[in-house]
Amino acid sequence: MKTAKTSRSRSEKESIRIASGQGYWGDLPQAPYWQVSKGPIDYLVMDYLAEVTMSILQKQKSRDPKLGYAKDLLPVMEQILPFVVERDIKVITNGGGVNPQACRDAIFEIARNAGVKGLRIGVVLGDDIYGRVDNLFESGVELKNMDTGESLSKVKDHLQSANVYFGAFPIAEALNEGAQIVLTGRATDTGLTLAPMIYEFGWGENDYDKLAAGIVAGHILECGGQSSGGNYMKDWKNVPDLANIGFPIAEAHPNGTVYITKHKGTGGLVSVDTIKEQLLYEIGNPAEYITPEVIADFTSIRLEQAGADRVKVFDVKGRAPTEFFKVSMAYAEGYYAIGTLTYGWPEALEKAQAADRIIRQRLESLGYRYDEFHTEFLGYNSCHGPLSPMPRELNEVVLRVAVRSKDREAVDAFGRQLVPLVLTGPPTVTGFGGGRPKPQDVVAYWPSLIPKSHVKPFVEVSEI
Amino acid sequence: MKKVQLLKLAHARSGDKGDASNIGLIARKSEYYQILKERVTTGVVKAHFAGLCNGEVERYELPNLHALNFLLHEALAGGGTVSLRNDAQGKTMSTALLRLLIEVPEDTVID
Repeated sequence: MKTAKTSRSRSEKESIRIASGQGYWGDLPQAPYWQVSKGPIDYLVMDYLAEVTMSILQKQKSRDPKLGYAKDLLPVMEQILPFVVERDIKVITNGGGVNPQACRDAIFEIARNAGVKGLRIGVVLGDDIYGRVDNLFESGVELKNMDTGESLSKVKDHLQSANVYFGAFPIAEALNEGAQIVLTGRATDTGLTLAPMIYEFGWGENDYDKLAAGIVAGHILECGGQSSGGNYMKDWKNVPDLANIGFPIAEAHPNGTVYITKHKGTGGLVSVDTIKEQLLYEIGNPAEYITPEVIADFTSIRLEQAGADRVKVFDVKGRAPTEFFKVSMAYAEGYYAIGTLTYGWPEALEKAQAADRIIRQRLESLGYRYDEFHTEFLGYNSCHGPLSPMPRELNEVVLRVAVRSKDREAVDAFGRQLVPLVLTGPPTVTGFGGGRPKPQDVVAYWPSLIPKSHVKPFVEVSEI
Repeated sequence: MKKVQLLKLAHARSGDKGDASNIGLIARKSEYYQILKERVTTGVVKAHFAGLCNGEVERYELPNLHALNFLLHEALAGGGTVSLRNDAQGKTMSTALLRLLIEVPEDTVID
């Protein structure tokens, strides 16, 4: 029988090692196990949520009140729990989705089956405002689209989820109450990494430069292997052993200096250039990287190679945060379908182009109209569109056609018209094994802001 | 002056911010940063992406990292979850930018 150690009190550690275990839901399944088993770490952080993941989870929860969290987290917990308990590693993840309590109960069940006693799990709640949107709207919280300025009334009746992005402080509170595992709903990716620094080093709400340093570390970790040699453009051919890529680890110091590294003996690469590529990923104005805790200034960041697979990140500046939390809402926006057919040499592209014209003509004759009808030719222009130079002669090309409409029947009709091209269109066509493309739900994203005074995170810590 | 493809001078990574594409452009050598700043202007980028980017182009400088960050608005056909493109999140917009030909001084050393 294993007994989890009671929580360490906040200590005077010189540094802590925070390891990234997942960059998104669907990331490399063995990465968390590698992080806890291949070398020393103090924290494992795992990001499972993308903008529209919450709507999928909300649907699952409406069908079964015990669902609504990242189910992939369970086999991971089953695998890593012995190491987590033995080595006193703390785990922080937003895999709680729209039901962190159910996620907690499922992990407690795993712990019981593994004979673990004294495990404390904290959940961060209060981010899910799906059931409160009407009330908030009526009480004057506009929740208009922060990109387009449109009124929420346009989509309010089609909402499928609504979540506030909380930051690191509620997670730090759960750590303070002795939680070894912290499960959140829609917490920011960066907050997962910043939280241990707040807890261990006692950083306060006004320590803006330090908070910004933690946010920068969080941004570097939040996409997993993408900062340690994955998707690395500058010199991808010389990244060693990507098959065994080491996910990034942030070694954080109390003064805000952070070293990014990875376990010894793993593949991949941590260099100034791999870190630069990740720092520039999915950012807007780099001087104003806005989070719930702080506005981080990415133009202040300094980087220095500090050994093999070790980069020093320092001098980060931050300033006071805004009065708002970001809100992420998802709403239904009709249907789409995508179909592909492969055309072989000779004249592959000409055949595919002719097939595209034929299916469009047939659907138009049948009276179907679409919000969008999009055609691409894989092998020619699906990456760079009109910027793609015309190739001399292709050995083969994949015709990829896609439609979107509020009318499900129109999208279904598109699926019925695609495969018949095989016998009633241009020759030497194959690759229709997948059959008729089926209509899929379009889930669109409504980004918004809410005054911080209208929502309050709260923390629940329990033990078995 | 001589014409060089941006691919020789910079590396890049791109992603999505709603319907905007973000492209981080990083000088391969620190001495190329000044060239990038002078030659890869918002106007040049907007013209290069004709037919892909329907909105305005914003540019931000990160001199410490020898990098520029571009935001191309209305460039993802509605954004990650609505777009019907194969590259709905604009992951390959990075190299689309690196196709650009720019003029550099004759004596610029290029590997």
